[in-house]
Amino acid sequence: MTYQTQVAIIGAGPAGLSAALEVAKQGGKVMVFDENDRAGGQLFKQIHKFFGSGHHGAGVRGIRLGQQLLEQCIQSGVEICLSTVVFGIFPGNELGIVKDGRSHTVKADKILIAAGAGEKPLAFPGWDLPGVMGAGAAQTMVNINRVRPGNRILTIGSGNVGLVVSYQLLQAGASVAGIVEGLPKINGYAVHANKLMRQGVPVYLSHTVIEARGDGQVEEAVIAEVGPGFVPIEGTEQTLSVDTICLAVGLTPSVELPRMAELAMVHLPKMGGYIPLHDSHMRSSNPDIYVAGDVAGIEEASTAMEEGKLAGVSMAEALGLVSAQRARELAGEIEERIGELRIGSHGDARRMAKEEIVRGYEAWLAKQK
Amino acid sequence: MACKTEIKEKKRGPLAVIECTEDIPCNPCTTCCAQKAITFEGSINSLPKLDEDKCTGCGICVARCPGMAIFVVDREYSETECLVSFPHEFLPMPQAGEEIVASDRQGKPVCAGTVHRVVRPESFDGTAVVTIKIPKEYADQVRGIRTERGV
Repeated sequence: MTYQTQVAIIGAGPAGLSAALEVAKQGGKVMVFDENDRAGGQLFKQIHKFFGSGHHGAGVRGIRLGQQLLEQCIQSGVEICLSTVVFGIFPGNELGIVKDGRSHTVKADKILIAAGAGEKPLAFPGWDLPGVMGAGAAQTMVNINRVRPGNRILTIGSGNVGLVVSYQLLQAGASVAGIVEGLPKINGYAVHANKLMRQGVPVYLSHTVIEARGDGQVEEAVIAEVGPGFVPIEGTEQTLSVDTICLAVGLTPSVELPRMAELAMVHLPKMGGYIPLHDSHMRSSNPDIYVAGDVAGIEEASTAMEEGKLAGVSMAEALGLVSAQRARELAGEIEERIGELRIGSHGDARRMAKEEIVRGYEAWLAKQK
Repeated sequence: MACKTEIKEKKRGPLAVIECTEDIPCNPCTTCCAQKAITFEGSINSLPKLDEDKCTGCGICVARCPGMAIFVVDREYSETECLVSFPHEFLPMPQAGEEIVASDRQGKPVCAGTVHRVVRPESFDGTAVVTIKIPKEYADQVRGIRTERGV
């Protein structure tokens, strides 16, 4: 069958739900699609308290923010279709979806792609042994499915994902044999690293994983110090007895649908790879398609929620649900809050990268005229 | 003639110790403090500052800091002992009176101590503020207890 909606949103994570709520608040009809069997995206895995200030939900655990957002969406009449895969995006603002084994068409006036990101792999001898997994996968196992992926963990990568997941594995009763980081410094927040170090977890800076060994399952990991160019230094190898290796070496935007929709893209390694160009209010090179959250550059749930709201206001304005002046006011408030999250030693680089995406969009737009 | 300069005696009793070392945008420590003892100069990105005269050592900020980077230290609890409070999110929860091994910022064992109290109201949302009693010379060194989870 064919569904008709004003706004179709792909991804019921922090960006998608926040956008849905903004559109619904302005009286728009919204359908949200997510391939998972529950809404919330990564939010429901985040059992730690978030940073930011009060209006970003600081000091509140991600899982609670997810629950609040979901309840607000449901109360506002947002239709959330779970276990529904969006397999294609076609000319004429049509989405192909599969629900309960049947394919349907969704016709929308505006589409938001908030499909999130996937984990980057890291190849090394033994990386295909059971027990080597993405840190995000380990976090899903432990916090959503309540299954501890292993008892003795080695984490590769000291970004916030690696640090947070390692701590949560400790909370689940595993031991963490170490955090391995190729750079000479911790990549994520120092406070996250300090929590692990207080529990005696060693951090191996300027190190990399060389090999995973085991008979049908990870039994040990070989790590080594790296020199210039991240080349392992011979003779520095050490073997750690572990049953699980969590790879936290970065995320890459899930741009399959943006590619299919032929959105103009830019390659920005510091934001995770290829990213759809978008204007400062999240509209892509196709005026009916918007992007928000990790698909628009890897950041955090707090910024994803704000970007989602921005996209929501933008779509509501484009649909005539809200006046241009009111939209400007709302967008201004959101942009101020986003600005607060993109400052400091960690935020500055993200702000500059986002500005590069917007500049790329403007250059693309100028070329069209 | 009386000296006009007031010499402030170093405040006794429990005081917050903020170990927030990085400029990340975050402010729950300032908004949760009823005494307004923690403030920022400039944006929420700057490092928090403690007004020791206002701080009562209540420990709310210990539970609220998302980075789990605030502690409360009472250096003069007794002639020989100090109290160190820290956020704790592991099970099993320590119990008051329990004997523990106090550890430092690297998780290395420092000294023996006892659990003085465990505060875990619903408003802390699962984070307990655990206070341990240890020899006073370790007040600046001890920041937690070993939970047998690291190495």
